[in-house]
Amino acid sequence: MSLFVLANLLYQFADTMAFLLLAALGLIIILGVIDLINLAHGEFIMLGAYLTALSYNWAHLPLLACVLVSMVGVGLFGLFLERVLIRRFYQDKLGALVATWGVSLILSQGILIVFGPSMAAVPFPQWTVTLGSSSFDGYRLMLFGTAIAAVAVLWWLLYHTRIGVQTRAAMQNAEMAACLGIRVRRIYLLTFAAGSALAGLTGALYAPTTTIVPLMGTGFVDVAFITVVVGGGANPIVGALTSAAVLSVISTPLASISGTFVGRIGLLVAALVVIRFLPRGFSGYWRDLQRRRIAAAAVAP
Amino acid sequence: MTTRWRTLRDTLNGPQDLGRSPGFWAVFVAVALGLLLYPAAGSSFGLSSLASFLLYVPMALGLGLLWGYGGILSFGQSAFFGIAGYVYGIVAGNLAGTPAGTVIAFAAAIAAAALAASVFGYFLFYGQVSGWIVPLLCLVLTLILATFLGQTAGYQWRVGQVLLGGYNGMTNIPSLQVGPVEFGGTSAALYYLVVIVTLLLYLGLRLFVNSGYGHILVAVRDDPERTRMLGHNVDFIQVQVFALAAALAGLSGVLYASWGNYMNPSNMDLLAATLPVIWTAVGGRRSLLAVLLSTVALRALADSLAVSGSQYAFLAMGALLLATMLFFPAGIIVSVARAWQRPRRMLRRVAREPVQAGEKSEIA
Repeated sequence: MSLFVLANLLYQFADTMAFLLLAALGLIIILGVIDLINLAHGEFIMLGAYLTALSYNWAHLPLLACVLVSMVGVGLFGLFLERVLIRRFYQDKLGALVATWGVSLILSQGILIVFGPSMAAVPFPQWTVTLGSSSFDGYRLMLFGTAIAAVAVLWWLLYHTRIGVQTRAAMQNAEMAACLGIRVRRIYLLTFAAGSALAGLTGALYAPTTTIVPLMGTGFVDVAFITVVVGGGANPIVGALTSAAVLSVISTPLASISGTFVGRIGLLVAALVVIRFLPRGFSGYWRDLQRRRIAAAAVAP
Repeated sequence: MTTRWRTLRDTLNGPQDLGRSPGFWAVFVAVALGLLLYPAAGSSFGLSSLASFLLYVPMALGLGLLWGYGGILSFGQSAFFGIAGYVYGIVAGNLAGTPAGTVIAFAAAIAAAALAASVFGYFLFYGQVSGWIVPLLCLVLTLILATFLGQTAGYQWRVGQVLLGGYNGMTNIPSLQVGPVEFGGTSAALYYLVVIVTLLLYLGLRLFVNSGYGHILVAVRDDPERTRMLGHNVDFIQVQVFALAAALAGLSGVLYASWGNYMNPSNMDLLAATLPVIWTAVGGRRSLLAVLLSTVALRALADSLAVSGSQYAFLAMGALLLATMLFFPAGIIVSVARAWQRPRRMLRRVAREPVQAGEKSEIA
């Protein structure tokens, strides 16, 4: 009996963590590499959901193809936006925040004008996984698997490829990296596109689970912002994983006892308490620990 | 007496805002007189809509102070606007019939906004977080408050005799009343109140930013670390300014509730949160005058665009914000003023070498 309770609790925890991870991953990658916040992130997610709904209901593509269309589409849009807009703000990061806010207004209101207040839904895939007497939603388990897989792919890209080494060099010291011949501007461009593609992926994956409306991005950005603030940009992968895990431990019981809304309040309070003591988030603290260890090793004979 | 007057004038004409020439003050006095004499000529609809534009000025000036002079970008002004509006509605509704009930409600509302901002600000600023965290968490606060108030429909959501009302909002909020004068939506009394508040607030804030404290505030914006080394309590100053800006947003919230007699979650949701940022950025955040002018102008613009649907107004506002950030990062009004000043300043410089010490300090 208690095994099923435990399994159920784990399932809910995985569901929340998948949501936090997928909502925040694109944002935290861009923050970590470029040190810039894309306030249109929620609208990128919305675009992903719209692309999926359009290609599913109009072009009748299979769901997996729709997801790919969304990723590529929003990724290309991010590429375009970086070229024409974002790169003008690398000297003024708060300015970028305000400018991308303008982009988010234009996107959400433009979509509202073009497509109207709502969009035909994408049917929810009914994949049921039974474990003994309790059954779980296969699609939501798949979301958790995808979230972990996305983190794993990012980790592989950052730590096991040439472009990943260059990216980490640019994160540590962009000027020095540029002096060594690394094309920092191109890394920023690719990072912004990758972050956008991740937002597109999130929108596509969650399209079957919600109603698709122009302002749906706001349902993602509040948790995404909290996850990013708590995780910190010092190391996107460590930050995203630790912060999504800790926050879902906090919010899962709150949400299952008193509803989603109390869960969100719990997240905000947790974020406030965390930044009071760890202003750079979990990954900033982790980086400081590592630096201290390296410094201690250097002093020791 | 005359020396005191002179000090006051010099502080008012300090380096922290545009418009220091006698010509500017002549125009200022003319506009102020025009605003005060307008009720004699205008219709009650005109009065009411002009009052509805001006009542947002305190909220915008608060953000100008916070962002332009303090260097803290906040998307939280509309949250504090909403907190004050709702608290005013709750207290005034429960004290209906009591003499000075609405005045007590007014004080309670402003205090609630300032207190909420102080608590929130304590966590933000005492952790010495990076600049991007403040706007992000303010947005989250706004979203959570709007969601919370949106689901408060029904009789179980009642404070005393007042229903919170969910998405339909709180209705029948009493207007401010001082003695026999009631500051209702279409009354000339509310119009005069809003105009006088706007003018006094502008002059007061101009004195404030040019005072010693105002200069410390600008120092915090330009280099927080160095200001800390000089012995100023930077965290405390930031919390104070954040709370002051929230109190000003609260003032707007109370005036709004008194003007329209209702308050609903859409007054403080994500779209509402963008408006103060747009007004402040488009005018020029480092000048109180520019913020004041652009707030009134953009309120009027949005009002005329909203006839064809609010989505067109928001689309235009977003495009305007983007264009401003791309082409006039200092703000449109400030950029125009600088372009106008530059040739004149060069002429003066040619006329009397060497340059006077105060001449170089421009509103950057």
